[in-house]
Amino acid sequence: MDTFLQQVVNGLTAGSVYAVVALGYTMVYGIIQLINFAHGEVVMIGAMVAFTVINLLAPTGLPPLAVVLIGAGCAVPICMLVGYSMERLAYRPLRHAPRLAPLITAIGVSIILQHIALMIWSRNIMAFPQIIPSRVYFIGGAAITTVQIAILAICLTLMASLAILVYRTPLGTAMRATAQNPHVAGLMGIDINRVIAVTFIIGAGLGAVAGVLFGTYYGIAQYTMGSVLGLKAFSAAVLGGIGNIPGAMLGGVLLGLVEALGAGYIGDLTDLCQWGVPLQACEGGGTFILFGSNYQDVFAFVVLILVLVIRPQGLLGERVGERA
Amino acid sequence: MRQFFDTRRRPWLVWVGFALVGLSLALLPFALAQVGTTWVRIANYAILYVLLALGLNIVVGFAGLLDLGYIAFYAVGAYTYALLASPQFNLHLPFWVILPIGAAVAAFFGVALGAPTLKLRGDYLAIVTLGFGEIVRIFLNNLSRPVNITNGPQGITGIDPFKLDGFSFGSYQSFLGLELSGPIKYYYLLLAVALGIIVVNLRLQNSRVGRAWEAIREDEVAARAMGIDTRNLKLLAFAMGASFGGVAGGMFSAIQGFISPESFVLVESIMVVSMVVLGGMGNIWGVILGALLLSFVPEILRWTVEPLQQALFGRMLVEPEVIRMLLFGLALVLVMLFRPAGLLPSAVRKRELEEHVA
Repeated sequence: MDTFLQQVVNGLTAGSVYAVVALGYTMVYGIIQLINFAHGEVVMIGAMVAFTVINLLAPTGLPPLAVVLIGAGCAVPICMLVGYSMERLAYRPLRHAPRLAPLITAIGVSIILQHIALMIWSRNIMAFPQIIPSRVYFIGGAAITTVQIAILAICLTLMASLAILVYRTPLGTAMRATAQNPHVAGLMGIDINRVIAVTFIIGAGLGAVAGVLFGTYYGIAQYTMGSVLGLKAFSAAVLGGIGNIPGAMLGGVLLGLVEALGAGYIGDLTDLCQWGVPLQACEGGGTFILFGSNYQDVFAFVVLILVLVIRPQGLLGERVGERA
Repeated sequence: MRQFFDTRRRPWLVWVGFALVGLSLALLPFALAQVGTTWVRIANYAILYVLLALGLNIVVGFAGLLDLGYIAFYAVGAYTYALLASPQFNLHLPFWVILPIGAAVAAFFGVALGAPTLKLRGDYLAIVTLGFGEIVRIFLNNLSRPVNITNGPQGITGIDPFKLDGFSFGSYQSFLGLELSGPIKYYYLLLAVALGIIVVNLRLQNSRVGRAWEAIREDEVAARAMGIDTRNLKLLAFAMGASFGGVAGGMFSAIQGFISPESFVLVESIMVVSMVVLGGMGNIWGVILGALLLSFVPEILRWTVEPLQQALFGRMLVEPEVIRMLLFGLALVLVMLFRPAGLLPSAVRKRELEEHVA
C-alpha cells in the first residue's frame, strides 16, 4: 500500500509537469497541425537559463523563493522569444507546404537548439543548488515534499489559467476559431499570423516554467534533457487526444501515473520466481527479474504506440478524417 | 559543348562516364591512404551511410512513410552479427551466413513495426517509429540482466572481421605489390555491396512494386481504389528498407569490431533522414549525394575548423562535433525552406512539392 501511494504521489508530480509541456504540443498542433518537435528543446532551454540564474544568485543570500522566481522570470521571456522566432523563421514560410515539410524542419530546429545549448552550457550536468529547505509530509504512509506540493500547485494554477484564457477571453476565442478553420477565421477579421505567433509564445512560456519545475524536481539539468521529456509530453498529448487542451492535461497526469506505477511494479510483476518458475536463481528467496525499473522510459513509448493503434484520436479527442 | 555531351547522339559517352567513375572509385582508397588510413575509414563509413540512406529511401522516398527510428534496424543487424560472431556466446559463424540472417531479422522487425502502424498518417507514423527506435535502444541497453544477452551499455567487443578461407578482411596484406590494409579491403567489399544495392534500387523504382509505392505515396485512397494492395506493399517497403539497414548494420559490426547501444541513438536516425532529405527524397542519386555530402563535409570541417580556431583564438571554442550536428540541423531547415525537393530532386517529388508551395 505504501509503495502504491508513494508512486501515485510521484506519478502525479511528474505527470503534472508532463501535462504542462504537453499543452505546448497540443496547442500548436490544434492550431496548425504541426508536431512541434522543438518544443522539448524550449523546455530544456528554460531549465538551463533558470539554473544559470539560480546558481548565480544562490550565494547572494536572497530568500530561496525569490531566487527561483527570478530564475523562472528570466527563463520565461527567453523561451517565449525562442518560440516566437522559430515560428516566424522556420514554420511560417512553410505553412502551406505538404505536411512532412514543417515536421522535418521542426526536427532540424530541435537539433539546432540542442547544439546551441551545448555550445553555451557545455556537456556538463548542471546541479540545482541546495537552497530550498525540503520538508517532508506524510499522507497515509506516502511521503510528499514541499517541492512536490509546490510543483503540483503551480501546474494546477497554470492549467487553470490557460483554460480560462482559451475558453473565456477574446484571444482564446480567436485561437479556437483559427484551430477550427483558419481561412474562415481570417475572413471574420482575425489576424491568423498573430494568433499563431501568440500560441507559440504561450506554449513556449508554459514550457519554460515546466522546464524549471522539472529541473527543480530532479535537481539536475542538461542539454539533452529536452528530447526525452518532449517525447513523453508528446505521448501524453496523444494519449489525451492531440489538439485537445483538457486532453493534454489528463494525458499528462495519466502518463505520469502509468510511468511511476509501472516502474514501481514491473520488477515484481516480471519476477519469474514469483510466478513459481523453477530456476536456480530462485533458490533461497532469490529473484529473477526480467524487466526492472530501468525500463521506465519504455512506458511512455508503449503507451504512445498502443494509443495510436487502438484509439488514434486519444481519450478525449474527436475522430478526424484520414486526410486533413 | 553541350551538344557534344548529348548522350542521345553519342551513347558511348555514357560508357566512358561509367568507366571514369569506376576507375576513380577503384583508385580512391589508395589516394586516401596517402593522406592517412583514417580517411579510408571515413570513406568506409560514408559508404555505410549511403547503404543506410538508400534503405531509408525505400521507406521515405518511394513509399512516403517517414521513419524516424530507422537506426533500430541498423542496430538489429549489428547486434545479430555481433552475437553470432563474437566471444559473447562463443559463436563464430561465417559472415555469409550471418548477413542474410541479420537482414531477415531486421526485415522481421520492420514488419513488426509496420503492421500495427499501417493506418497512421504521416506525422503520427514519424513519432511512433521514433518511439520504436528508442524502445529498441533501451532494450539493448538493459538486456544484460537477468540473462546477459547484449552486455548492456558496455557493448560487445571482439567481434570477428569478415573472413573467407583464411582471407581476412580485418588484417593487413600485400597483394601483387599492392599494400592492402584492412580498411582498403573493406572499402572494396562495401563498394560492391553498395553497387548491388544501387542496382536493386534502380530496378525497384520502375518496377510494378516501385510504381505501386509511388501511387501509395501520392494518394493512398486512390491507390487502393485502383486495386493496389496497400497493406502488403507498405509492409514490403518497411521490410525491404529494414533488411538493407540490417545488412549495413552487420557490416558496421564487423568493421568496428565493437558495438554498443551508444551507436544507435536517435540522432543517428535523424542523420540518415537528413541525408535522404538533403539529397532529394525518392531520387537514388540524390540520396547518395546527400549521404556522401553529410559524411564528408563534417569530417573535412573537423580537420579544418580545429586548427583554424587554434590559430585564431588560441583555443577550441566550438567542438567539431557540435558544428557537425548544427550542419545537420541547418541542412534540414534550409532544404525544407528553400529547396523542398532536395539538391537532386526526383521528377515526381519536385512536381508535387512545388505545386503545394505555389
